[in-house]
Amino acid sequence: MAKQALSGLKVVEYGSFVSAPYCTKLMADLGAEVVKVEEPGKGDEARDYGPFPDDVPHHERSGLFLYLNTNKLGITLNVRTATGKAILEELLKRADVFVENNPPKLMDEVGLDYVKLKELNPRLIVTSLTPFGQTGPYRDYKAYPINCCAVGGVSQSIGHYWREPLTMPLSHGHYQAGVTGALATMVALLARDVTGRGQHVDISETDVWATYHVGFGITIYAFGVKDNLRKGYIGGGWTYPARRVIPCRDGYMALCAPQLKQWVKFVELMGNPEWTKNPRYRDRHAMEDDYPEEVDALLTPWFLERTKKELFELFEKNAVPFAPLYNMADEVSDQHLSERKFFATLDRAEAGVLKYPGAPYKFSKTPWSLERPAPLLGEHNEAIYCGRLGYLKEDLVALRRAGVI
Amino acid sequence: MAWYPLQGYRVVDFGSAWAGPQMAHIVADMGAEVIKVESRNRIDYGRLGGAASAKDLLTKTPEAIAATAPDRLELNPVFHLLNRGKKGITVDFTKPKGADLIRELIKRSDVVADNFTPGVLDKHGLGYESLAAIKPDIIVVSLCFAGHTGLLKGTRGYAPIITALGGLDSVVGYPDESIPCGPRFAYGDHVAATHGALAILIALIHRNRTGEGQYIDISEWEATTSLLGEPLMEYIMNGRIQKPRGNRDPIMAPHGYYPCRGEGQWVSIAVKTEEEWQNFCQAIGNPTLAGDERFADRYSRLLNQDALDKLVGQWTASYTPYEVTEILQKSGVAAAPFMISKEQYHDPHFRERGIFVEVNHPKSGHEVFYGIPWKLSDTPGEVRSSGPLLGQDNEYVFKELLGLSQEDFEHLVEEKVIF
Repeated sequence: MAKQALSGLKVVEYGSFVSAPYCTKLMADLGAEVVKVEEPGKGDEARDYGPFPDDVPHHERSGLFLYLNTNKLGITLNVRTATGKAILEELLKRADVFVENNPPKLMDEVGLDYVKLKELNPRLIVTSLTPFGQTGPYRDYKAYPINCCAVGGVSQSIGHYWREPLTMPLSHGHYQAGVTGALATMVALLARDVTGRGQHVDISETDVWATYHVGFGITIYAFGVKDNLRKGYIGGGWTYPARRVIPCRDGYMALCAPQLKQWVKFVELMGNPEWTKNPRYRDRHAMEDDYPEEVDALLTPWFLERTKKELFELFEKNAVPFAPLYNMADEVSDQHLSERKFFATLDRAEAGVLKYPGAPYKFSKTPWSLERPAPLLGEHNEAIYCGRLGYLKEDLVALRRAGVI
Repeated sequence: MAWYPLQGYRVVDFGSAWAGPQMAHIVADMGAEVIKVESRNRIDYGRLGGAASAKDLLTKTPEAIAATAPDRLELNPVFHLLNRGKKGITVDFTKPKGADLIRELIKRSDVVADNFTPGVLDKHGLGYESLAAIKPDIIVVSLCFAGHTGLLKGTRGYAPIITALGGLDSVVGYPDESIPCGPRFAYGDHVAATHGALAILIALIHRNRTGEGQYIDISEWEATTSLLGEPLMEYIMNGRIQKPRGNRDPIMAPHGYYPCRGEGQWVSIAVKTEEEWQNFCQAIGNPTLAGDERFADRYSRLLNQDALDKLVGQWTASYTPYEVTEILQKSGVAAAPFMISKEQYHDPHFRERGIFVEVNHPKSGHEVFYGIPWKLSDTPGEVRSSGPLLGQDNEYVFKELLGLSQEDFEHLVEEKVIF
């Protein structure tokens, strides 16, 4: 096994679905040892979410689970039993990082709040990923990703201003909480090298949306500019096409040309049609702010005669920064991604050989790699309980009967 | 004085526009000394971006504006936001003496970050190999649209192009419209910035342990695509291409934005479990709804969502988003107000968590920024200042750090190397 950037880092994950699993996947894929703690019999919620091969639901075949839990070790443990909790504490005494995405109230109830964990292991970094964070009036609100999009402000920037706003689909808020959690955890690890102390990392999915993603809207609002982000990129003042989607023969193209020379080149590629000489279509600010749909309609016939591949090649060659809207089939078959080996292949019991989306970055000396597939439920019980914590194999039988593991 | 978790690390930041600057401000917030490199011959476009000054781009280059109306380059608050907490220098590295100064600075630094089109730094002898020759443990993190290898490596793309080619736009839209609309905020840039900052920190952890630096190649496209686990696996497993679902969820109903009293007022509601559904029906004072056979179980509710959404919308329409939220949350049902920036600014949640911070800029005055999105209990970090004026730290960097004499410094200014 190649040496990896986070080799030797010991992480325990007590989480489910997307946010905590993505957070620890980022660490596991770069070499950290992640022990994933799942509820006996039930396991991570993503196991029952799918997609499933041939649409046949199966606990060990959910695509979302398989993707988000690569390179991890999996154990089952009922943390709500006294013995289960004591076992988790044993693991946490030896760990560097604990990542969880449970409601703050639940962590208090089971006695796994930060105050207690700090007593247990002062060097432990505890990373909590929740919808609204560990403080504030909404701390104990129930929320799903759409609710975080709502308060987080991203929905002001998705959809048409004359219709209902849209959520970011496909649990993107959970992914963002996950990557931000990993980022803050790494800061805490670097700090620990100096201070010798662990700390609590409090991540609110809502705050992540409200800052890195649409927080610039606050700056603009405070500066007295229009505040309807749904109307345009940042509320007007941009040049057509700031961001338009135009249908073509076999799909859609995204258009964005902030620089004049890009627009001029594009008009030339269209053969300088008559309408582009009309003063109404020379004021790119008005075109973007006041009648973008009208301009879209004028462009569309030219696009409809061409395929996305043909258009992308033409634009690419002429430095016009327009590109097709890739769908999932386009991603999987793309030649550039294949040259960069973006998709990786893994064989996994119950699921078979599958392609998986790959790394968000390429480290030259400590490469990202898929060393092992997502764990089967309780796959590493023996390795962890017997190998690490000194239990005998017969103890495992008793623990299983007692509903602890 | 506060101690910051990344105190003592130095980052040379060649970032421009959005993704690069945002990546570097994340580490600046944590206390790293980030030195932003510009030149009057290569000004960060972001200084001019945004509503305030985009018109000039039609007729003038940033460089022309620098020469004729330099104050215009110091007034864009969004530029200040993305470059907060950084130091700023101006040096023309296309001149050999300028590249020498950069090399001297990098010898004294930990990280180099850029979002150039591939090849720009190499052309001036500032690529990873050359830098590693003079500073073996240097970490270079390089963001670009499609990565630094492969068929499309030279392709340039703004944020909307990242999410288009990255696959996200194709799944964001109204299911009853033929054209997907995609998100309007610069998601692809933000995804690249956060993953880039994560890569910097991981590389630092590795370097601190082993003494080994490295080069990290980040494709904004790939970073975005890596977040599409569910629809990609659906295609890989079943050959089915995911289409926009609007606000619909595969397992929750009701699930969406519902109209409230007042213009542009919406509330988000999501009901997942049977228990939540029962609570929802009680909370809205319509217990008969719980007995309605169209909504008898999760599956029926998914099938009859149109009718269900209508009923929910009729109920929400007489309340404000905050009222709906309070009524439903009391019963354990997930609901929260839809907010635009202005509303967020005044919301008690963000107030109490201190998510928005105020800074002062010497030219543009009072500014409000988003703060640090996470809370570190022991070493929180801080937004220490607004963005740098063009070249404001030239004296500190060239004289104090690199040890140039006053005479040499003035000479390099005259030669337009420090420029």
